[in-house]
Amino acid sequence: MNFLFTYNTHVLFNVFQSFLIFFSIVVFGAMLSVIERRLLALFQNRYGPNRVGFFGSLQLFADMIKIFFKEDWTPNFSHKFIFNIAPILSFSSILLVSVIIPFSKNMQIIDFKIGILFFLMMASLSVYSILLSGWSSNNKFSFLGAMRAAAQTLSYEVFLGLSVMGTVVKAGSFSLLEITFNQSHLWNIIPQFFGFLTFFISSLAICHRHPFDQPESEQELADGYHIEYSGMKFGMFFIGEYISIIIMSCLITTLFFGGFYGFYSVSIFWFILKSLFFIFLFILIRASLPRPRYDRVMIFGWLVCFPIALLNLLFTAFLVLYL
Amino acid sequence: MIIKKIIKMVISQLNSIFLVFMNSFSKRETKLYPEIPVKLTPRYRGRIVLTRNKNGKERCVACNLCSSVCPVGCISLQKKTLKNNRWKAKFFRINFSRCIFCGLCEEACPTSAIQLISDFELADYKRKDLIYEKEDLLISGPGKYSDYDFYKYSGITIKDPKNKSLLKKNKTVNLKSLLP
Repeated sequence: MNFLFTYNTHVLFNVFQSFLIFFSIVVFGAMLSVIERRLLALFQNRYGPNRVGFFGSLQLFADMIKIFFKEDWTPNFSHKFIFNIAPILSFSSILLVSVIIPFSKNMQIIDFKIGILFFLMMASLSVYSILLSGWSSNNKFSFLGAMRAAAQTLSYEVFLGLSVMGTVVKAGSFSLLEITFNQSHLWNIIPQFFGFLTFFISSLAICHRHPFDQPESEQELADGYHIEYSGMKFGMFFIGEYISIIIMSCLITTLFFGGFYGFYSVSIFWFILKSLFFIFLFILIRASLPRPRYDRVMIFGWLVCFPIALLNLLFTAFLVLYL
Repeated sequence: MIIKKIIKMVISQLNSIFLVFMNSFSKRETKLYPEIPVKLTPRYRGRIVLTRNKNGKERCVACNLCSSVCPVGCISLQKKTLKNNRWKAKFFRINFSRCIFCGLCEEACPTSAIQLISDFELADYKRKDLIYEKEDLLISGPGKYSDYDFYKYSGITIKDPKNKSLLKKNKTVNLKSLLP
């Protein structure tokens, strides 16, 4: 009990900071649904939602009211316990990655020595939520979607790990803070360009964003794995996807774009700016690229991205060891 | 060869992303309707009205042609004979929840009484309110064809049907007609 009184302010500050980070990520994730619609409209020469409030600023609250008052129906042919627990898993598994992201030098919830391994673990745990939701819905289309999601995520996670390893080898540590410090003079994008490419592509696949939205392809599978979900359970999946976009763009910033290092200064401002740029890029890619055929996605993953990531890792290791 | 193909594919993808990005600088096509009023051509087929001629008399002679030509059967009317043996609609009813705004009634009408004007704000909260009676349909003006008077050419009180001067054709092109 003694340490509670001695480090009282420090502990309180840490708790406050963690709550702030969690809360702001969740709120921004919810806001991103409106921001994405506005941006997609911008790319397609229309206005997005601009009726509710001043320039559509209250659209988020309208959506919230709608989703809260929808009937939250659990199908009686489903496995109810797994059906209910899947959206919570989907929401929380990728949100937990936010604890290892260094927003600035002092603003990080916890600095794991195995930071990247923790991220890889959580990313692979998020497959379970989709697989369980697709299976417990007891619906052929949702099961097809879940199978596609599992196959896609498994094949893209192989080189998700490999593409990050180049930066790990360069920094000599799994800790994200160490990797950021390693980029104080030169951002990793230049020496690790192919690592960045493969990481970006696989992060698109991990978030189930277009063009890798095979599990929820509306045209073939009628929304895939969350076909039976409604109300707030669907909302969890929906916001979980946006949160995973935020987390992934934060990670890209940290790993390849120098994190909080900017021009002439070191601050959280640069971090947020870079992350916003990557969120913008995610939405731009959604607006422009069509969904490829399913076997093409797998072939592209295994035959193009996987060798590139592997060669990149080998080359980096060679340079680090012999130069 | 495969590598060349892959590079070509990657460049085409990047190009499409760039082109979509450049769209964000171009003008938006959406019309912000309630704030900015819509410009519609006079031939636009919107709300259906019943018109009067120049003297303020009803043009409709209750011939039932519009009702019989209507593909969805949303027009119903009944005739009433006046003292001078002319006809007039006793009631005239259009069910706008069925109307498809095809404009066939306007083309069938010999007296050009029934006309489709360029007003499309017909929304209502109840289906019952979309059934328009004669009082709702009848307007005080002549509509699109201000000079036309049916009884000049035909009808019950015409005295001299061989008076060719009235039947002289107008040589100017009628912009409002869809017929050849």
